[in-house]
Amino acid sequence: MTDTQTASTVAPEAPAAPAREAAPGVVHGLYTEGEPIADTKAPQGPIEARWNKRKFDAALVNPANRRKLTVIIVGTGLAGGAAAATLGEAGYNVKSFCYQDSPRRAHSIAAQGGINAAKNYKEDGDSTFRLFYDTVKGGDYRSRESNVYRLAEVSANIIDQCVAQGVPFAREYGGLLDNRSFGGVQVSRTFYARGQTGQQLLIGAYQALERQVAAGTVEMFSRHEMLEVVVVDGKARGIIARDLVTGEIETHLADAVVLASGGYGNVFFLSTNAMGSNVTATWRAHRKGAHFANPCYTQIHPTCIPVAGEHQSKLTLMSESLRNDGRIWVPKNAADCEKDPREIPEEDRDYYLERIYPSFGNLVPRDIASRQAKNVCDEGRGVGPKVGDFRRGVYLDFTDALKRMSAEAVAEKYGNLLDMYQRITGENPYEVPMRIYPAVHYTMGGLWVDYDLQSSIPGLFVTGEANFSDHGANRLGASALMQGLADGYFVLPNTIRDYLAKGPFPKLEESHEAVVEARASVDARVSKLLSINGDRSVDSFHKELGNIMWEFCGMERSEEGLLKAIDLIRGLRDEFWRNVKVLGSADTLNQSLEKAGRVADFLELGELMCIDALHRRESCGGHFRAESQTEDGEALRHDDEYAYVAAWEWGGQDGAPVLHKEDLVYEFVEMKQRSYK
Amino acid sequence: MNLTLKIWRQSGPKAKGEMVTYPVTDISEDMSFLEMLDVLNEQLNARGEEPIAFDSDCREGICGMCGLMISGKAHGPEVTTTCQLHMRSFSDGDEITIEPWRADAFPVIKDLVVDRGSFDRIIQAGGFISANTGSAPEAHSVPVPKPKADRAFMAAACIGCGACVAACPNASGMLFMGAKITHLGELPQGQPERDARVVSMVTQHDLEGFGGCTNIGECSSACPKEIPLDVINQLNKDLRGALMRGE
Repeated sequence: MTDTQTASTVAPEAPAAPAREAAPGVVHGLYTEGEPIADTKAPQGPIEARWNKRKFDAALVNPANRRKLTVIIVGTGLAGGAAAATLGEAGYNVKSFCYQDSPRRAHSIAAQGGINAAKNYKEDGDSTFRLFYDTVKGGDYRSRESNVYRLAEVSANIIDQCVAQGVPFAREYGGLLDNRSFGGVQVSRTFYARGQTGQQLLIGAYQALERQVAAGTVEMFSRHEMLEVVVVDGKARGIIARDLVTGEIETHLADAVVLASGGYGNVFFLSTNAMGSNVTATWRAHRKGAHFANPCYTQIHPTCIPVAGEHQSKLTLMSESLRNDGRIWVPKNAADCEKDPREIPEEDRDYYLERIYPSFGNLVPRDIASRQAKNVCDEGRGVGPKVGDFRRGVYLDFTDALKRMSAEAVAEKYGNLLDMYQRITGENPYEVPMRIYPAVHYTMGGLWVDYDLQSSIPGLFVTGEANFSDHGANRLGASALMQGLADGYFVLPNTIRDYLAKGPFPKLEESHEAVVEARASVDARVSKLLSINGDRSVDSFHKELGNIMWEFCGMERSEEGLLKAIDLIRGLRDEFWRNVKVLGSADTLNQSLEKAGRVADFLELGELMCIDALHRRESCGGHFRAESQTEDGEALRHDDEYAYVAAWEWGGQDGAPVLHKEDLVYEFVEMKQRSYK
Repeated sequence: MNLTLKIWRQSGPKAKGEMVTYPVTDISEDMSFLEMLDVLNEQLNARGEEPIAFDSDCREGICGMCGLMISGKAHGPEVTTTCQLHMRSFSDGDEITIEPWRADAFPVIKDLVVDRGSFDRIIQAGGFISANTGSAPEAHSVPVPKPKADRAFMAAACIGCGACVAACPNASGMLFMGAKITHLGELPQGQPERDARVVSMVTQHDLEGFGGCTNIGECSSACPKEIPLDVINQLNKDLRGALMRGE
């Protein structure tokens, strides 16, 4: 690094803030609009025939040629682990990466409630079409029909696959699989393993992956973090990764790259994501040309344990399956909010979800349950300790369930969740109603992909939560596990072969200009972070960013707030590159350095999320614009203007992002304003 | 509350380590144990000392990434993971020692961070059911009696944190291994590879430098998921059977 660069107050990374109303054609001074885009890979025709047609049309790779092809997969959760195992079984050379010490720890493991599948084992009217319909409706008509139908179609195969691997799903006394119902639907199609469904599914995928490691088809790189994607002649050809133990910057080249690196909820600092969950892999790809779709679509989960104090490092979710048997309420009168809830008589309680939504009651979709919790707390009827001027909590009460089902039966179904609540809060939920409050949980947005799960960079595929494709503006419960495994086991392995059949691509040397450049940019960034030596810790920046995002880009967004947030984020990003303090060196395990790189990317993503939220002047799913609501305060969509995917192209270091619209066409489901009343 | 922490610092895998004393003040009982270490790390960072390296990820007790010896006990005084341990389990004035997992098969990488790759290699040796993607029969074609499904689930709850090894005077990995043998062995799908699995996993376990089991039971009492000791009986029984059948 030259002296001039070291002396500079702004990092080479930090995009300068373009002045508002600067360039002609720049909307709000914040973005420009580019050409519309379209998904060119989904076949036309009857929706139930499309996936089979695509599988047939996708080119095949001869088994003998597969071992000549290398695929890099970043992330070992359900989407990445399942893909690595499946492509390894098929005979490809797979290189699998995760930042954790073992692939078994990916954050899919924390999913509690279950996985949806259209098996109709309960004979309660379920079908592939109904799962498709519920998911499109639940996503508030902002997802693609073709993708969602395929998801519903392969859902049944997932259950078969997992059972064959030994996933210990809950069973009935006859030995057959049990199901339960979940938010936003009226059938029982959710398969579960007590409150540890994600863990059990991930262990299944992990074991399949380790089997391939033993077989020599998959090479595993744990404690490795991807820091850059290598793009050569417009195609993704590898990654630059840092060995987190030795600090070595490594180049890994391949014929295709798959990002299965999860969501970006940690931009809010406090979320239910794991401490290490980050946007770096997808953000680096975005900066290299991959469009980022619908970044403002974030899911705020209604049933989390409320914040206890300033020291809080993360939030803990409790499965929304608790809403099956628990009842949510707050006192009718604000004066009762400090009372022991057991002393508040029935007539003084407001079971507000049952009151407002009599047909779905406590099982309304997550976005609605979360916003109503915020509303009753804003009215001053929240419970628990005060955070700022308000009490941020509502009761989730198992008293009726305990009377109806016995304590043993409740423990059988929810025991581990209730125990976890007690460990964290010190209160016994079998005696005192639990307190819950919404928290950031999942991000529906992600890198734009076509029907083949290929991003706008050829050869770069994106699966699971890291892509945007299946959940629209709101994800239904028990659908994330379904999508992760659908992508990993069944979709990607069938679509990536169409691309790989064009390979093997010309052999690439590490001395190639594009490889050298990618590696040099990673080296420079690491050196820069360690050389600033300012006054503030990485965490202090992350917390401040999180507060801005939660306040202005959380459960309710407004034009005024979002504009303010964008200014605040730009100021914070500028300060970060001048004043962050990262100790230690680059050639060893350095957790502050790891965090610094992730927060630097969150500081760029946060701005794009606000721009996306600002441009979408409608409410839909998890995106609630204060300016766009019905008289009852429900989300009001504007299908005539906004029935499209907003795919953002990186506008360059100093430029504004470019918006590309992909129109959403509904041929099989009629678009309606959602009603759960 | 105010506490005195004695923490193992070791700058790298080959470096010599030592216990270093750090006083911490104004710790809230609602903090988790790891949040208390976050507070200490922020203070260290502010005064120019390198923060203490420790592993954690989900911080909700399920990923198995965290794990500390806290005053000589794996995951500390409660039956839970380190991340779910809260400061209300301690009292003002307490002196707490914090060390990494201690076992030859888990070498220290830095400070409180260890390498548990040996667990992955035990799974690679046979901790799976071979079922290629797409080859599975309809899920309801093989019913599983509920008691067997429940026992499989109980054993499958293992999070691979390594507390069992750290707690064992012999640093044995038998509880970890027994849990996997029991999980897969209870299910009809796990039968075809049952004999080969146990022999191969035990062989790998010994190669990795884990110790033998002498039925002390510290592993099970330290296990945050309360995996019972009888999974080790199951392992031994399966191993005997497999060897007798000539595996």
